[in-house]
Amino acid sequence: MIEVKDLYKSYAKGKVNALNGITFSVEDGEIFGVIGPDGAGKSSLFRILASLLLPDSGIAVMNEHDVVIDYRKVRQIIGYMPGRFSLYQDLSVEENLTFFATLFNTTIEENYHLIKDIYQQIEPFKNRRAGALSGGMKQKLALSCALIHKPEILILDEPTTGVDPVSRKEFWDMLGRLKEQGITILVSTAYMDEASRCDRIALIRDGKFIASDTPQGIIENYADILWSVEGTRMSALLSALRDYSAVKTSFAFGDKIHITVTEGLQVGELRQYLAEKKFDDVRIAPIKPTVEDCFMALTSE
Amino acid sequence: MKTLKFLIEKEFKQMFRNPLIPRMIVMYPIMVLLVFPWAVSFEIKNIRIDVVDHSKSTYSKRLTDKIEASGYFILNDTPPDYRTAMLNMEHNETDMILEIPSSFDTDMVKNRTSGVGMAVNSVNGTMGLLGSNYITQIVNDFSSELRSELMHTLPPQSRASIKRMAQIDIVPQYKFNPSLDYKNFMIPGFMVLLLTLICGILPALNIVMEKENGTIQQINVTPVSRIHFILAKLIPFWVVGLVVMIISVSAAYLLYGLWPVGSVLAVLFSAIVFILSISGLGLIISNYSETMQQASFLVMFFILILILLGGMFTPVSSMPSWAQLIAAINPFSYLADTFRMLYLNGSKLADVTGNLLAMGVIAVILNGWAVFSYKKRG
Repeated sequence: MIEVKDLYKSYAKGKVNALNGITFSVEDGEIFGVIGPDGAGKSSLFRILASLLLPDSGIAVMNEHDVVIDYRKVRQIIGYMPGRFSLYQDLSVEENLTFFATLFNTTIEENYHLIKDIYQQIEPFKNRRAGALSGGMKQKLALSCALIHKPEILILDEPTTGVDPVSRKEFWDMLGRLKEQGITILVSTAYMDEASRCDRIALIRDGKFIASDTPQGIIENYADILWSVEGTRMSALLSALRDYSAVKTSFAFGDKIHITVTEGLQVGELRQYLAEKKFDDVRIAPIKPTVEDCFMALTSE
Repeated sequence: MKTLKFLIEKEFKQMFRNPLIPRMIVMYPIMVLLVFPWAVSFEIKNIRIDVVDHSKSTYSKRLTDKIEASGYFILNDTPPDYRTAMLNMEHNETDMILEIPSSFDTDMVKNRTSGVGMAVNSVNGTMGLLGSNYITQIVNDFSSELRSELMHTLPPQSRASIKRMAQIDIVPQYKFNPSLDYKNFMIPGFMVLLLTLICGILPALNIVMEKENGTIQQINVTPVSRIHFILAKLIPFWVVGLVVMIISVSAAYLLYGLWPVGSVLAVLFSAIVFILSISGLGLIISNYSETMQQASFLVMFFILILILLGGMFTPVSSMPSWAQLIAAINPFSYLADTFRMLYLNGSKLADVTGNLLAMGVIAVILNGWAVFSYKKRG
């Protein structure tokens, strides 16, 4: 169980506030996702929880061990995977794994069952130097190394950043299986679509949690009416929508535009307005919100 | 202990996997000892000289020949007047001008004394000073040569008067480096330089590299203690430092026949004491740097101070007192001094105890500082 209370952290002698009072808790065997854009404070939070950084104030307890006072014990029970690949590039896959196993006074054999699923995929390349691995394989190796000492809590800082979509999906499948083994997992990501893979998520912005709930709960809390608009000449379309008074917000979402509208506006009215502006073949449909829509709504308030 | 052994194993693995470092360990000392002692030398040779010979006599011709034959000078030109010679100097075609007066031969024979004029381009101060010294020596030599020749041509009564003239001959005895070979003086210095680079700088850069690559974070979340981590960084380079010393001592013997007149074991032992102190400096640098660029820059700065104020090229005793103060806390100057004592003076271990103690104290202070300045968490 992870318990965090009123965590503050600032850099540059107080000029930059990375964390502005964060409070949350994670139950045993839960996947908790911290979701937010770059620079929101995710890495600072995780580094504090991994006992690598001292908070200015506040308490963080990992399975009953305080990260400041009892950091030695904390380091025994956590597995930490930093955002950047930081294993030895000039050691082979197997040497890296053996190295970290030995530092924790264990062996690969002893905890092989934990990493078997993951390690088997990179075992054919075990004599290859870590620096020569692909992005997806690097992440698998890093996860193996973080798991080799059988941690109770996994702290994964943006594990899927820069990894291809297939490997990302595989990675989340692996986390699901680790959760079944009873490991508590704290994971951060900038990809909103990964939120649904977590049991609970927290949206972080400017060092503050702006919402914390199950992904479903966050979506259900979404109060606005959300439509998607598709058409040609996207940027012109976007500014046309922004000029329409009944449209409250509009954001580009890939090849669509998501808009929130005032109550009572009919699809036909908007279509007519757009037709006057020479947007003929637009498709407008009410849609269900995603976590990203929720994030947008919460941050634009 | 098991962890330490494993960490050291990892360092050696990485070291030998790096295509450059193992080769450098062997090539570095050999190249430094093969090339530098010949080039880095304060023996000034090939000074270009213009001789303005107004006398055009046999004596002046002999003096010119003698200067040319000395090996220190290259006769650039024999211009007709001083002005042309001066122009040559202004165009940087010549470094020195020697002007022989027209009355040179008659003065020599009649008055047994004569003067010559000399002008030196002293933009390079060392060259100017040494060049004029050489010329003075050659001219003095020449005059005593003439004196003994002239003795025979003189009537006996005048011979006696010349004999009564006071003659002061300074006969220098060069102790410990009888051939006045600059190489013998510089080689022990180059050995210290090698040790400084390998044992002070490489481990520091290595630790900063782990910071830059983020691997130090992975190490920090393991139960490995800081002491083990640092020892594992230092020990391999201590070993490499000793290997380099052994290669250097052997190379100095094979290439130049230079073998410590004192004890070779004392050379290696004092090298170890030096290694401990200089790696402390490296650790401090690694604590204060976050990136390799910062570390390299700091390293450059300290290396310059260590070497230039360490008495490798210029004797500490001739430095101003503030620079001597710096030298007093400079392990480089202690080891350079120790090596020269062991190599040239034939000192024994007991004779260099003072230096070893000083280096020991520096080692304790620097390493203590390194431990103190290490911040466990940001």
